[in-house]
Amino acid sequence: MTAFQDSTVAAPAEPPARPVPAEPAPARWTRLRGPAVFTAVAVLMLVVAPLALEPFRLGLLAKYLCYAIVALGIGLTWGQGGMLTLGQGVFFGLGGYAMGMYLKLHDAGGDLPDFMVWSGVDHLPALWRPFGNPVFALAMVVVLPVAVALLLGVLVFRQRVRGAYFAILTQALAAALVILLVGQQGLTGGTNGLTNFFDFFGNDVAADGTQRGLYVLVAAVLGVLYLGARQLVRSRFGRLLLAIRDGEDRVRFLGYDPAAVKTVTFAISAGMAGIAGALFVPVVGIISPALLGVVPSLELVVGVAVGGRYALAGAVLGAVVMGYAKTYFSEELPEAWLYLQGALFILVMTLAPKGLTGLAVTLWRSVTRRRAAA
Amino acid sequence: MAISEVTVKDAELLAIDEINAAGGVLGKKIEPVIEDGASDWPTFAEKATKLIAQDRVATVFGGWTSASRKAMLPVFEKRKALLWYPVQYEGLESSPYIFYTGATTNQQIVPGLDYLKEKGKKKLFLVGSDYVFPRTANKIIKAYAAANGMQILGEEYTPLGHTEYSTLVNKVIEAKPDAVFNTLNGDSNVAFFKQLKSAGVTADQMPVMSVSVAEEEVKGIGVDNIAGQLVAWNYYQTTDTPENQKFVAAFKAKYGADKVTSDPMEAGYNAVYLWAEAVKKAGSTDVEAVKKAAAGVTLARPEGQVTIDGDNQHVYKTARIGVVQPDGQIKEVWNSGKPIKPDPYLKTYSWAGGLV
Repeated sequence: MTAFQDSTVAAPAEPPARPVPAEPAPARWTRLRGPAVFTAVAVLMLVVAPLALEPFRLGLLAKYLCYAIVALGIGLTWGQGGMLTLGQGVFFGLGGYAMGMYLKLHDAGGDLPDFMVWSGVDHLPALWRPFGNPVFALAMVVVLPVAVALLLGVLVFRQRVRGAYFAILTQALAAALVILLVGQQGLTGGTNGLTNFFDFFGNDVAADGTQRGLYVLVAAVLGVLYLGARQLVRSRFGRLLLAIRDGEDRVRFLGYDPAAVKTVTFAISAGMAGIAGALFVPVVGIISPALLGVVPSLELVVGVAVGGRYALAGAVLGAVVMGYAKTYFSEELPEAWLYLQGALFILVMTLAPKGLTGLAVTLWRSVTRRRAAA
Repeated sequence: MAISEVTVKDAELLAIDEINAAGGVLGKKIEPVIEDGASDWPTFAEKATKLIAQDRVATVFGGWTSASRKAMLPVFEKRKALLWYPVQYEGLESSPYIFYTGATTNQQIVPGLDYLKEKGKKKLFLVGSDYVFPRTANKIIKAYAAANGMQILGEEYTPLGHTEYSTLVNKVIEAKPDAVFNTLNGDSNVAFFKQLKSAGVTADQMPVMSVSVAEEEVKGIGVDNIAGQLVAWNYYQTTDTPENQKFVAAFKAKYGADKVTSDPMEAGYNAVYLWAEAVKKAGSTDVEAVKKAAAGVTLARPEGQVTIDGDNQHVYKTARIGVVQPDGQIKEVWNSGKPIKPDPYLKTYSWAGGLV
């Protein structure tokens, strides 16, 4: 699989595409192109979409945007840092469960959450108690995933584990978490997960108004995180990350510590996935092991690959496109939708290995080149 | 959709065709809108929302695993829409916006245990998939066993879709139970029964009582592997009622002579008829009116007489214990004689006091 190779091995023949800063852009409109596109997309998402879409479709879009936040993190670790992470579902799940536990306790209002009652638990487990505090729960949304990622990063990257081995490790972590969650039904809700939420910080979670507000919140969080990630990529840290992706040993010989850079990047992407998971819970109304196992984690990576992993915007776009494709195919062709989803992936990967954004950049360049030649 | 779920959908479509052919409901034809939950709980919730909010359907028939129902429950309760759930389940639930046309525990698991007790099976081994139905069912089984002088020798769970059962089969054989109570789901049954057979365990020595294996699953497991084993349901293809003869004939005519009918299919088929009857009685498809009219609706169905209990929106059902025959059909060896009143919280069973 080429995905493994060109993310871990420096490709001297063809430098990985980094569409925005790759070429010097002296013309003023070219410099303004990025911000202009971002503003246009932001207006589209924050103003046009809430007005144009009916509540059900807007809710679905909010769900795709949650996935896009995870994808943004994958774009950082995999696209920029060359670390193929197949277990972002773990961090998504940690954030989601932290939020879900708070909402469950809040709804129960001092009683036991519903699933504990039918699972035969008679008093609130100690693990749950602090999650009744919203500040603690919201902090855990980020702290838990980041802590797990830091720990894993320190253990793994110090040992110079990389490439497929790192990918397999993250995948195994996702599989293990699912088994843990499913097996502890009284503590976690088992296969069912946590569902049936009523109140989200004083708002009826099912009301159209709340859902519209949540959509705006998700879109805004995505926008802010995107800008932050973009800044990070352009910073010294980002250059270093890119250098590590293309030649980790060379960076080490220059006196830098690649393990630290990789660990921090991985932790940032984990924090993003945690935030996405926490937002997902009130938007979709459920968090369950099925949402954070191997398959959904892979689907996210596939989305990033389809969108184009070398550009952060590509990762975001890919997640939204794949989310939309999943809904569309499953509504229009319920019998064939899984095949079509797979076909979309294969098609994009064979025709445009750098994803949709890579394809767009190639097309744009050939157009401008032709124009320059004329 | 998994195979078993497709057959329920087919049975529901058959009911819709039949009702439409007879003039529809309130002079209107029923038009089905089909969505696939893809065996993924959040997708079930998403598709249920679509059916209610976008397609504005009058009612929804569907759901398979308990997790799919739990994921859809808030959608139906908050949008005040109706769901008809056609599968036997673990009880301890009674949503005002769900009608349960499959068995609750006192119409399937408890009669299954009564049957084993009557046959002198005192030592049981519990095998199940790791999700809410088997875990809750086993909790009930343990409470029953404690009150009835039965012994539980072991309780093992495997992940959904698990197919490696040699270790577990060895554990069961070593424990030497009188019988096994099986709550495995779907394909796991195929592997479990195959490995049980290859370990040389026969139904005479150690019968397995299954509550999720019906005619459709027997085909998948391979009749050689499961012939002679016990199952507990409320309906078999062989159930001897005039309504069932019609149902089986109509199903085969529509979908092919090699097709079988099973309990969840029949429960789905019934659900459409029960809804239509309630709509006729209410004179409207309005959810609150239908709910009110549904209480006490009684119909002669393939499984015998069914009545909707207005209090918990479950259905009175006759419990039936069957033995898998070498031709893949299931022969009834015991029934409860009359429809059992649904008791999802087992309130009328003294031994179940500590469960809820």
